[in-house]
Amino acid sequence: MIDFLQIVIYGIVLGSIIALGAIGVSLIFGILRFAHFAHGDLMTLGAYFALAGVAGMSLPMFAAFGLALGATALVAVGIDRALYSRLQQVSPIILLISSVGVALMLRSLIQMIWGPDNEIYQSGISMPWTFAGLRIQPTQVMIVGGAAGLMLLLHLFLQHTRFGKAMRAMSDNPDLARLSGINTQRVVILTWIIAGVLAAAAGIFLGMDTRLHPIMGWKLLLPVFAAAIFGGIGKPYGAVAGALVIGLAQEMSTLILPAAYKPAVAFALMVIILVWRPTGIFGGKVL
Amino acid sequence: MELSGLFSYFVFFLSMVSVYAVLVLGLNIQWGYNGQLNIGVAAFFAVGAYTTAIVTGPASDNYLGGFGLPFLVGLILAMVVAGLLALLVGLITVNLRSDYLAIATIGIAEIVRLVLKNEGWLTNGVRGISSIPGPFDGLSGITEGMAYLVTLLVFVAGVYWICERLFRSPWARVLRAIRANEDAVRAAGKNVLLFRLEAFVLGSMFMGLGGALYAHFVGFVSPGAFDPMFATFVVWVMLIAGGSGNNRGALLGALVIWAVWTLSSSMIDALADIGLLPDQLATQASALRIFLIGLLLEIILLTRREGLLPERPPKAIDRAD
Repeated sequence: MIDFLQIVIYGIVLGSIIALGAIGVSLIFGILRFAHFAHGDLMTLGAYFALAGVAGMSLPMFAAFGLALGATALVAVGIDRALYSRLQQVSPIILLISSVGVALMLRSLIQMIWGPDNEIYQSGISMPWTFAGLRIQPTQVMIVGGAAGLMLLLHLFLQHTRFGKAMRAMSDNPDLARLSGINTQRVVILTWIIAGVLAAAAGIFLGMDTRLHPIMGWKLLLPVFAAAIFGGIGKPYGAVAGALVIGLAQEMSTLILPAAYKPAVAFALMVIILVWRPTGIFGGKVL
Repeated sequence: MELSGLFSYFVFFLSMVSVYAVLVLGLNIQWGYNGQLNIGVAAFFAVGAYTTAIVTGPASDNYLGGFGLPFLVGLILAMVVAGLLALLVGLITVNLRSDYLAIATIGIAEIVRLVLKNEGWLTNGVRGISSIPGPFDGLSGITEGMAYLVTLLVFVAGVYWICERLFRSPWARVLRAIRANEDAVRAAGKNVLLFRLEAFVLGSMFMGLGGALYAHFVGFVSPGAFDPMFATFVVWVMLIAGGSGNNRGALLGALVIWAVWTLSSSMIDALADIGLLPDQLATQASALRIFLIGLLLEIILLTRREGLLPERPPKAIDRAD
């Protein structure tokens, strides 16, 4: 039982990280209507920006993380202005191909700057807390708490501000949104800022949970997509639910499958949902 | 470099171009004709390479093998297995928009990689399968290379001929119509899903063939031998640079991009030698090259999306009457 609960904890931690990525993918999907293949590498970039702050500039952790969130959002907006916004008129499919190119470019850039080896934020082992036989790392609490905090902020933003309302409107019906006088370009930029911040947070948390590596984010891309599809494309709340399901399923699969096949579990769940209910469990869009 | 070295390098270069040409022609059927996004080219390539390695390779206690089947049977089985895998992926995603196919194919690529790496009884795991026999193993050095290059060129010509015939056929006309307006094609009474599935499976079978030709060329396959994302990506860049939907463009793209890729390596070495490149970049030369290829793709997408040889509708067939 204790073992099982321990796995549940790992699943929730992983699910929180996936959720931050999946919300961004889902928002981009809703607003720009394409699957953003560079999202995993955007996460990696955020993680390495934080590393630059911690190790390079010897900033305190929180300052470095904040800086990384901002810098990643800036890069996301920059990529959109330089590439995606120019290709947007052509077709969403061309945007997808372009984002595959961006993914490879970001990854090789990270490898050129920081090298191909594993990195960590802090050396030394922190002692886990023990509750009735369950071991919980302080970083795990920070990850789940941080993710929940960011999601709460996003919820408040989407439901209670004019910009949030504009974003939801554009996701529901872009033409109607444009007709009713919403500045769609501003909404697009806002989407990239939010997606960039959340992706950076996901990357940093992933780096805290395991370690940093140039392909860490790419490896998480499949679970992130699976979570976004599971929850229903264009439904950020669905993405969170989907992420928890995927995270828990991946960790629990280690009870019966070799751990190497964890990504296959995300894929299998995605296939089941695509065959059974392509709109996702919360009835999002089908492309 | 002495002359014979240069010549054997040239043979190697053209052989690699030929392998890639088969892959690009396969992708052209999927993307060029029908607008399908297959981001898992490497999966079908790897499945083809491993299939022929297992059925034609030497016996071993560590993994499946020792069937000793001939070269051509290996190629055919590689195409069959790649086609079956494509059928599986296609059946899941065929009624959804291409984005889902893209996501499903990266999933398949990842799973194929995991299976190759972890199922040692089948594939010998990370150590890979070596001494895959070539069809001309009896010949010596450069003669063997030349003979295999001729074989490769024959296969490229054959696949090209099939693709060109298909391009002019009513079948590919329906595929292009689906790409342009799916609903109209459905209204005209065509089975859109079946056409799409056929194109996906056929394209993937050619990718399997490309993988098998590669395996017999280098004689060794392992999960590390091809970085799946790089292999897929470079094939995509070749097709888009050459001209999606144009088979001659696909061939040209394979040649030009492989030449750029090869030259970029020499140029980075040269720049590093004369000290124009910071040390850090010189040690990460492969990353720098991938970055540059990515940049090239973005520039093509922004400035010349139709590629070097844009797609042209086939000429009307002259009729005797």
